[in-house]
Amino acid sequence: MNIVVCIKQVPDTTEVRIDPKTNTLIREGVASIINPFDLYAIEEGVRLKEKFGGKVTVISMGPKQVENALREAISLGADEAVLMSDRAFAGSDTLATSLALSEGIRKTGFDVIICGKQAIDGDTAQVGPGIAAHLDIPQITYVKKIESINDGKILAERMVEEGYEVVESTLPVLITVVKEINEPRLPSLKGKMKAKKTEIKIITSEDLGIDKTKIGLDGSPTWVMKIFTPPKKEGGKIFEGSTEEVVAKLVSELQDNLI
Amino acid sequence: MNYGFTEEQLMIQEICDKIGKEKIVPVREKYDETGDFPWDIVKILSESDIFGVYLPEEYGGMGGGCLDMCIATETLSKYCGGIALAFAATGLGTYPLLLYGSEQQKKKYLPDIASGKKLAAFGLTESNAGSDVGGIQTTAVKKGDYYILNGTKQWITNGGEAEIYSVIASTNKAKGARGLSAFIVEKGTEGFSFGKKENKMGIRASVTRELVFEDCKIPKENILGREGAGFMVSMKTFDKSRPGVAAQALGIAQGALDEAVKFSRQRIQFEKPIASFQGVQFMLADMATKVEAARTLVYQAAREVDLGSKNISKISAMAKMYASDVAMEVTTDAVQILGGSGYMKEYPVEKMMRDAKITQIYEGTNQIQRGIIAMNLIKEGASLE
Ligand SMILES: Cc1cc2nc3c(=O)[nH]c(=O)nc-3n(C[C@H](O)[C@H](O)[C@H](O)COP(=O)(O)OP(=O)(O)OC[C@H]3O[C@@H](n4cnc5c(N)ncnc54)[C@H](O)[C@@H]3O)c2cc1C
Ligand SMILES: Cc1cc2nc3c(=O)[nH]c(=O)nc-3n(C[C@H](O)[C@H](O)[C@H](O)COP(=O)(O)OP(=O)(O)OC[C@H]3O[C@@H](n4cnc5c(N)ncnc54)[C@H](O)[C@@H]3O)c2cc1C
Repeated sequence: MNIVVCIKQVPDTTEVRIDPKTNTLIREGVASIINPFDLYAIEEGVRLKEKFGGKVTVISMGPKQVENALREAISLGADEAVLMSDRAFAGSDTLATSLALSEGIRKTGFDVIICGKQAIDGDTAQVGPGIAAHLDIPQITYVKKIESINDGKILAERMVEEGYEVVESTLPVLITVVKEINEPRLPSLKGKMKAKKTEIKIITSEDLGIDKTKIGLDGSPTWVMKIFTPPKKEGGKIFEGSTEEVVAKLVSELQDNLI
Repeated sequence: MNYGFTEEQLMIQEICDKIGKEKIVPVREKYDETGDFPWDIVKILSESDIFGVYLPEEYGGMGGGCLDMCIATETLSKYCGGIALAFAATGLGTYPLLLYGSEQQKKKYLPDIASGKKLAAFGLTESNAGSDVGGIQTTAVKKGDYYILNGTKQWITNGGEAEIYSVIASTNKAKGARGLSAFIVEKGTEGFSFGKKENKMGIRASVTRELVFEDCKIPKENILGREGAGFMVSMKTFDKSRPGVAAQALGIAQGALDEAVKFSRQRIQFEKPIASFQGVQFMLADMATKVEAARTLVYQAAREVDLGSKNISKISAMAKMYASDVAMEVTTDAVQILGGSGYMKEYPVEKMMRDAKITQIYEGTNQIQRGIIAMNLIKEGASLE
């Protein structure tokens, strides 16, 4: 089974800071980690390999330093790593990112593609579904359990707000995973040693023969006008008194200030 | 600090540190309380290839040596000296095989130990044979293709949980210590059972249990080395395993020092952090210096083992004795620096103090270590004349 896991390198912080002038993330002074959800994607990929055989390829689009994240993925059990790195990819929005990734994945071959549910910095949860759309394959998002894979079919449980759905799909398929799906293992010594030696394959836009107007800034219809931290919600107001009094106060407050 | 570790040794340290922080710290109090065996952590250690760090590659190990084993033991012990012992005592049980096992025996047993699939243990001590190994009463009598074992081993670490046991028994009572022989006994062998499980002061996550042999029949191929080599097997094993106990002590001491520094910076009395009082500072300085001195000695002993130096008994005993004495002092001082909090179970230092104590006792008490050091000094002195 050809398993491809998409991983993104993100800043190690829960409080993303944004440069108000350029509207981009401030990455200086923040260590980089593998997007936490993608650790679950890697683990699920490795478990599938252990069960069904085959190999796990991790792929990421990003600058040179993403190599570290890919090596870490190898130490966690992945077999091969592909880095899509090229100035031409810079500035891609989720549409362009998922197009580029889908082309990269086409090159490696795939039966199951696994993404994290979302990235903790960009937070859109669009890249996984985007890849599936570009490859024209089915997708199952928010997967919390893979029930079975056989006869070219996958049966999976996906989280929804009030419980879960059981979805069947044909292969090849793209799934995005949530934290409930497994408990990622820690790196092993053999894995770490292998990670040091593994050659990271670099893919450029040339290698993919991709239309340059569809990637990078040119290929990104999304324009960020402004990014800001939303103001903290202020504490509500509690009215006290008899029911009549409270209702009267509430109505007048609404009329005066909010409507 | 740069200790001249290889890249692989740095990886061992990094992995054990991660396991310690993320997996051991959240459960150590629970295991200390219940005394259950920490199989979940053992599984993680095995998945991370830690059980094989000191074993040769041809038997599925990672090809490192005593220093690699010490780095793993020290780092894990920083977080819990009891849990770390599942690993370290497996090393103790494995050394006899590694040192005296035949090619066939090594091929049969080492791969499962290296992968962490099976734990090992070392059974020497008996109720009448502690420091004095000559008092061993367990017997092994040869009958055809078998040895028949009878007797009871006491206080055996990993007892009941391990699959592979290196057991010392007498094959010739008249010869005392020279009549001892070493055997491999597998769990599940008929006539081999487990007795009393001890309720201990410290290292409570480690199991200490009796091994009971009642007409236990083992194939004669299970002897390690030859008949009568048991005493030598034990002593050579200790020479190589003692740096491991020393590393356990060192890790416990480092863990306590870290807690003491952390607490002293946070605890405010007289409107200042207690770390600003010279009385506390001097204690911390002494603790840190002793820990560092112990570390240097432990690594040196381990390196001598790995270099294949001829006489390692002395340095090995020095490392075990010094590091364990330091561990006892430093953990006691850590409790002192934490004051009343240090005496409470909400903080980890009282456990560290209880855990430290054993390192002065097992694998030869520190009195016995001093004896070994002095004996070697005297021998060396005599050889100069
Ligand atoms: C409105 C907007 C404008 C943006 N503008 C810019 C810009 O001008 N310049 C710029 O550099 N960036 C920009 N970005 C960031 C960039 O588009 C996204 O970070 C990127 O497309 C991934 O989206 P995400 O972070 O929301 O990931 P999600 O869709 O939340 O990620 C889901 C999963 O997809 C996979 N995945 C995501 N990204 C990658 C990747 N790079 N490689 C491999 N797998 C991946 C992972 O498995 C991940 O768990 C912009 C983002 C948005 C939302
Ligand atoms: C938790 C735990 C785990 C253990 N694990 C194992 C194990 O896995 N395998 C195993 O075989 N054994 C194990 N032991 C046994 C341990 O090695 C012995 O307890 C130790 O060697 C000391 O023996 P003893 O307790 O009989 O003390 P004793 O020998 O009775 O000593 C009592 C005191 O007398 C002192 N003393 C004795 N002889 C001399 C002397 N000649 N000179 C000066 N002082 C002396 C000792 O230093 C000590 O202070 C374990 C013990 C414990 C408590």
